[in-house]
Amino acid sequence: MAEINALVGKAAVLDGLPEHPAVKAIQAWNPEALVDAKFDRDELTLTIAAEEIRAAAATVQAVGYNFFVDLTAVDWFPSSPRFQLSYHILSHAYKERIRLRVLLEGESPSLESITPVWPAANFYEREVFDLFGIRFGGHPNLRRILMPDDWVGHPLRKDYPVEGYR
Amino acid sequence: MNSGTPILDVPAAEGSRDQHMVLNMGPQHPATHGVLRLVLEIDGEIIVRLYPEIGYLHTGIEKTCEAKFYQQVVPLTDRIDYLSPMANNLCYCLAVEKLLALEIPGKAQWIRVLLSELTRLNSHLVWLGTHAMDIGALTVFLYTFREREDILRLFEAVSGQRMMTSYFRIGGLALEPPLDFFHRVETFIHSFPEKIDEYSNLLTGNPIFKNRLKGVGYLSAADAIALGVTGPPMRASGVDFDLRRDMPYSGYEKFQFRVPVSSDGDCWARYLVRLEEMRESVRIIQQALDGMPEGPIKADAPRIVLPDREKMKTQMEALIHHFKIVTEGFAVPAGEVYQGIESPRGQMGYYVVSDGTAKPYRVHMRNPTFATLQALETMCKGRMLADVVAVVGSIDIVLGEIDR
Repeated sequence: MAEINALVGKAAVLDGLPEHPAVKAIQAWNPEALVDAKFDRDELTLTIAAEEIRAAAATVQAVGYNFFVDLTAVDWFPSSPRFQLSYHILSHAYKERIRLRVLLEGESPSLESITPVWPAANFYEREVFDLFGIRFGGHPNLRRILMPDDWVGHPLRKDYPVEGYR
Repeated sequence: MNSGTPILDVPAAEGSRDQHMVLNMGPQHPATHGVLRLVLEIDGEIIVRLYPEIGYLHTGIEKTCEAKFYQQVVPLTDRIDYLSPMANNLCYCLAVEKLLALEIPGKAQWIRVLLSELTRLNSHLVWLGTHAMDIGALTVFLYTFREREDILRLFEAVSGQRMMTSYFRIGGLALEPPLDFFHRVETFIHSFPEKIDEYSNLLTGNPIFKNRLKGVGYLSAADAIALGVTGPPMRASGVDFDLRRDMPYSGYEKFQFRVPVSSDGDCWARYLVRLEEMRESVRIIQQALDGMPEGPIKADAPRIVLPDREKMKTQMEALIHHFKIVTEGFAVPAGEVYQGIESPRGQMGYYVVSDGTAKPYRVHMRNPTFATLQALETMCKGRMLADVVAVVGSIDIVLGEIDR
């Protein structure tokens, strides 16, 4: 098996990839917003403070990460912080993808929607709301998208059973 | 899914709604290619607002994945998109192989490319047939399904299944292809370009077909990027980006092909781009056949890849590995990966999170048409009601992958 070269931690990434456009832009904009970073299996993950996500999205968009690919969540129940949001952003110019990661505390967390930056996030944020119960402030139409409107619970949470009674 | 609530529980449009009528298209409508409900607000015959209601086919595949071993997820990925099962297999396998840092032998990679392109042909043939049928050109459907049948027979030869192939496995392929397989593929693609000409003869010069598509469903390049549109609809809007060429995977960097792009952004451009893509796929398949390397079709990783039947019956270690993989699965190092591929409908992505056990902690699928559906309103707004059918056909949706 090939060896995995990884940079773990904010200091290691800032040291190892100082010229990376996304890292540079975030550092120039607000070094405090970058909580943690990781470069693993050729994928760069930047952990952003939850309240700064919209501004961070606008920042990386301005330096050429022009295409919103994907947004989803991971439930790390029962550890804390419980939820992780992963935004995947693609750059057509650099031919590279980055991941913005947000960690959220609490049972029913909320954060700012990035739909003003990328309207494409609309359905994805609705999906995360539907299946994980994370709310997005400023979303134009935050309703359930896959489950019926009168459904109780959020199926992709880890405390929601795969089969049997809820 | 919207069962008990008011029909248009979405923010109201500007101005008076007195003269507007709300019309439901679907969930059971032949032109929606599945169970899609479009809530249309119309002023006479002009679309004022359009709102897709999805979720009718939601089966919770992502949740099911969390309860299965890594190798048991492969058959689930087939069922997401029944028109391009191999694309889903490939994307999932590549993601897990990235987590495992597994080297895939050249022959397996080339067969994967070959079959991915056959999948693209298969998917585009169904799209072409049904799209033309929606518009009223019934004949083409019969022609495209004739060739699709040939492709399904090839799939059957290689995997034993026509549609739910599950042929790509973590670490390589399920089986050696049968002896005459490459010859059969060669015969098929030798005659296929003529068949594309045949479809083109039926449609490209057809004034009715042209009038229904030309200038309809316009999407600008900026809108395509803002709304997350990928694949042929994005390239038909003038954005020149294809993951196969720009971020190659599974050995695509060794193939020469063009990426068709058009700047018109209408349904007609999407039709031409897909037709051109089929010709390029034939070129890729030809190159894959010509340069097919020799060697194994499975990675050398006995703890991950199931042993050959012969070995299993003669060697004790192989039998132990087989037993262990089947009963306990294999542990995957902790981490998260995102693997994107260019599926027939656009950028497909699998996001796999591992916590170091034998079951994936989280599997998320980014399916191209889920995002493309968001652009439907932009494409249809201000157009006639009848154009919705043409536009829905031109973005080539599959509800199975949207709802998952």
